[in-house]
Amino acid sequence: MTRAALQFQDLTLGYDRHPAVHHLCASIAAGSMTAIVGPNGAGKSTLLKAVAGALAPLAGAVLFEAARPRVAWLPQAADVDRSFPLSVGAFAAMGLWSRIGMFGGLGRGDRARLTAALEAVGMAGFADRPIGALSGGQMQRTLFARLLLQDAELILLDEPFVAIDARTTADLMALVARWRGEGRTVIAVLHDLEMVRAHFPQTLLLARELIAHGPTAEALSAANLLRARAMVEAPDPFAPVCERGPA
Amino acid sequence: MWDLLVAPFVEFGFMRRALVGCLAISLGATPVGVFLMLRRMSLTGDAMAHAILPGAALGYLAAGLSLTAMTIGGLAAGLAVALLSGVASRATALREDATLAAFYLISLALGVLIVSMRGGAVDLMHVLFGTVLALDDAALTLLCAIATITLFALAAFFRPLVLECVDPGFLRSVGGPSAAVHFLFLALAVLNLVGGFHALGTLMAVGIMILPAVAARFWAQGVGGLIAVAAVIAAGSGAAGLLLSFHLGSPSGPSIILVAGGAVVLSLFCGPVGGVLPRLARRTHLEA
Repeated sequence: MTRAALQFQDLTLGYDRHPAVHHLCASIAAGSMTAIVGPNGAGKSTLLKAVAGALAPLAGAVLFEAARPRVAWLPQAADVDRSFPLSVGAFAAMGLWSRIGMFGGLGRGDRARLTAALEAVGMAGFADRPIGALSGGQMQRTLFARLLLQDAELILLDEPFVAIDARTTADLMALVARWRGEGRTVIAVLHDLEMVRAHFPQTLLLARELIAHGPTAEALSAANLLRARAMVEAPDPFAPVCERGPA
Repeated sequence: MWDLLVAPFVEFGFMRRALVGCLAISLGATPVGVFLMLRRMSLTGDAMAHAILPGAALGYLAAGLSLTAMTIGGLAAGLAVALLSGVASRATALREDATLAAFYLISLALGVLIVSMRGGAVDLMHVLFGTVLALDDAALTLLCAIATITLFALAAFFRPLVLECVDPGFLRSVGGPSAAVHFLFLALAVLNLVGGFHALGTLMAVGIMILPAVAARFWAQGVGGLIAVAAVIAAGSGAAGLLLSFHLGSPSGPSIILVAGGAVVLSLFCGPVGGVLPRLARRTHLEA
């Protein structure tokens, strides 16, 4: 597996010219596990969106070390139409898109992979149930099964454990930890600082500006968290044009 | 029984042609209708049908009641509206329902203007209500060709189309042809409506697309099952509607659509998947 390393080069992201992420310079090591932490409106989801390639930067760039890696992105509110009559198995199998594309059939290996992925997230008995019949936590497990099948080098998780019970969170967190062992790069937006301290060696603390980036214990120091909390959330309609050059 | 159900088709060539036309429309239009319904775009079909009008009218002005001219005109107008509304919604803050409403209303007004300035009332009736009992060879060939193209295109694009319906964000994130699938699907809808309007008229063509799909929702759960049930209901409605119009002397297009409508009402009450009566019946439940 190629290892995905990426770099935020003086990256500014935003909407209507108002920056949501402002002049961010940081690099993420290959095979690392990084938590993105910050208050609401700090630009965390926006940052993941840009890494996934779904948002063009206002300035700067997201640079990948080698060719663009295979990216799997679990957005904060995946816009899944759950009334569509599709089975859990078929839904999770969409993760095989990069292998089978538009026309390819599911081979025996793919079916085994699908079964293994559903088992890994504890959804083995649900393959033939319609997705409309799942609970919120079961849907999240299914989304993780799809994520597993994507076999991506870079995995982006946007608040994956919101409104998920402790047991499911623990199960899914164990999967995430295993990805690290497989050399995948994981970037996750999280609010639970205990979980970040327990499982994520690296943390990027963001409050529109970069507050801190490094080993979790140092990045999440009391002083840094206080600075992050001081961010002014509302955009200023009279803000002057930013003249800051590349750092 | 023979006299009632079979004899009209055996004895009269125009009835056989009408039946073949209806079967062709049933095969092509219903899968499109099923996807329209599942994407909550049932009314989009209606809007598209109106959008076709000025093109068909211009074709009529240019060449009279010519199949080719009206087909090309209708296709051009329908595709233009689909494309313009799609592009406008992707490029601006407007949602697709708003842009589609805007462009189809412009198109419809243009169509009514053209028809009423140059054509008579009879022509307007032809465009609005179709002539399923007077389908010539060329029209039948066109209907069958459209059904064939639709089935092959849907087979080829089935996977990304389902994905685009369920989780369009995911399809884009894995580099799937999201926009292409959307426009291809709209193009298929326009194609089937143009085919349908020769037989059933612009207004009734939507009926054979949407009504069987809605009825099928009460009988099947998977996408494949929905399409199969819808096609059977559409074909049955076509045959029954033709017989009804033959025996009662009623106009054929509305008769066919009313039979399909009857199927919807019947399914609404009796359909095993969420119908009213099965819901009222007290049912046992399982332990786990």
